[in-house]
Amino acid sequence: MTDSNIIKLTAAQIAEKIASGELTAVQVTEAHLARIEAVDEKVHAFLHVDREGALAQARAVDEKRARGEKLGPLAGVPLALKDIFTTEGVPTTVGSKILEGWIPPYDATLTKKLKAADVVILGKTNMDEFAMGSSTENSAYGPTGNPWDLTKIPGGSGGGSSAALASFQAPLAIGTDTGGSIRQPAAVTGTVGVKPTYGAVSRFGMVAFSSSLDQGGPCARTVLDAALLHEVIAGHDPLDSTSIDAPVPPVVEAAKNGSVQGMRVGVVKQFRGEGYQAGVIQRFDESVALLKELGAEIVELDCPSFDLALSAYYLIAPSECSSNLARFDGLRYGLRTGDDGGRSAEEVTSLTREAGFGPEVKRRIMLGTYALSSGYYDAYYGSAQKVRTLITRDFEKAFEQVDVIVSPTTPTTAFPIGERADDPMAMYLADLCTIPTNLAGNAAMSLPCGLAPEDNLPVGLQIIAPALQDDRLYKVGAAVEAAFVEKWGHPLLEEAPSL
Amino acid sequence: MPGITREEVAHLARLARLELKPEELDHFAGQLDDIIGAVARVSEVADQDVPPTSHPLPLTNVMRPDEIRPSLTPEQALSGAPAQEQQRFKVPQILGEE
Repeated sequence: MTDSNIIKLTAAQIAEKIASGELTAVQVTEAHLARIEAVDEKVHAFLHVDREGALAQARAVDEKRARGEKLGPLAGVPLALKDIFTTEGVPTTVGSKILEGWIPPYDATLTKKLKAADVVILGKTNMDEFAMGSSTENSAYGPTGNPWDLTKIPGGSGGGSSAALASFQAPLAIGTDTGGSIRQPAAVTGTVGVKPTYGAVSRFGMVAFSSSLDQGGPCARTVLDAALLHEVIAGHDPLDSTSIDAPVPPVVEAAKNGSVQGMRVGVVKQFRGEGYQAGVIQRFDESVALLKELGAEIVELDCPSFDLALSAYYLIAPSECSSNLARFDGLRYGLRTGDDGGRSAEEVTSLTREAGFGPEVKRRIMLGTYALSSGYYDAYYGSAQKVRTLITRDFEKAFEQVDVIVSPTTPTTAFPIGERADDPMAMYLADLCTIPTNLAGNAAMSLPCGLAPEDNLPVGLQIIAPALQDDRLYKVGAAVEAAFVEKWGHPLLEEAPSL
Repeated sequence: MPGITREEVAHLARLARLELKPEELDHFAGQLDDIIGAVARVSEVADQDVPPTSHPLPLTNVMRPDEIRPSLTPEQALSGAPAQEQQRFKVPQILGEE
């Protein structure tokens, strides 16, 4: 099998071929490393490629197989890891100058789980600094391009992970989703991204941005691949007090048995209107019609508090970030600036943070400091928490009537790099449909539902399920994916330009 | 709601330990004012009898038995420190002259 054939395989196919001996893990890893070398200069999906580490992991898988030992379900499958998870001995920067060159002395729980499952970690992917952004333009190391059009954004904050998938540099990737950072990049790159139920995947060793919203999850090119990865990374972790101690739902089984027959699917009134691109709405309406054709009952829903979700998010997330990022003080790790022997620790901390943080991070730290400050706390942070309650209630009410909710994942397709860079409010609108789920803690997926006719760029369909019912996402997602692939005659990514 | 002035941004920057440049103060004052103006709508629900939700999960403290177990070595813990001395983090002066 040639390298160009290998990189087009799904994770499930790769795992099967390695298990059967048709391919070796080293062959698969080398094919992906060669692809990275050939195209990543243009795409810039990776911040760090761990060539030697990946090959060593691949060799270990091949040796294990040769010894007849049991292999994990994704043994030998390469993966691109968002640079927000700590990796022992491999740089972790969170896309920030403040951690440039930092090499963690320990692995995140998620990293450990990937290694234990014999997944081959190719390297660390580019991201908006500290996961703050919707375009990967806030990375201190330069933006990532969207493989569909390199002048467009690949989404954010996990743009590197999604771009790696869409440019066939890796069949699997990991993202984190605080306000949509797995689903929004998936939507604009024509890939699949899942935000599991809050607490389903350990946050230990994942650099915290907004602790009550952050959630790691799988990114892939197919629904089944996402499910296989979901099962590897999910589960209770005693090292994370926000980790849910409940069994992982049967997501792989659900992905293998896609169906919407007899399901009630909700369409929320608030997820359309001003600001939505016509082609996005067109593809979404077609998706709803398809769901109906496949046997689902469509139910119109009214969730009035969703209109306030973006506002609540942009008070809660900055508030938590202003607290979480206090640890970057130039004293214990990372950058230290201005320590000339005459300055106090406080002055050195201020100078270090000024030099190490980019504009979006500073903006959010100050926004959070403002929202939490005496006199404004009740009006801003306190009120935002009340809105959070209302959003949760709207979801509860909705899920009494339906099994899942669907919406466009993003209001528009990928926009040009630089277009919204200096207009925070315009940028924040990219997460309009994804944010309510983070505030309520339930599960959601984005999968491709076609190209917008006006720009030929991918559109994402979002599926939302109640907390701990992540398997419903996969059941519905697999059915929709199969129907679309049949309709198009091939997976959507085959229409992407070759790089 | 009051607008955010340049002086307030300077005060916030001090509280947040960010030594902002003068041009950043002007830039952020305008942007923060816009953002706060846009998100202030949340206070429309403030008077309602709605309990706040700070977290999607009910949080409880997790305790473990107080047993000695392996942890990072001092070398590992200090490996990312900008400066170290005698197996300790070396920090700039904490106490002033007076």
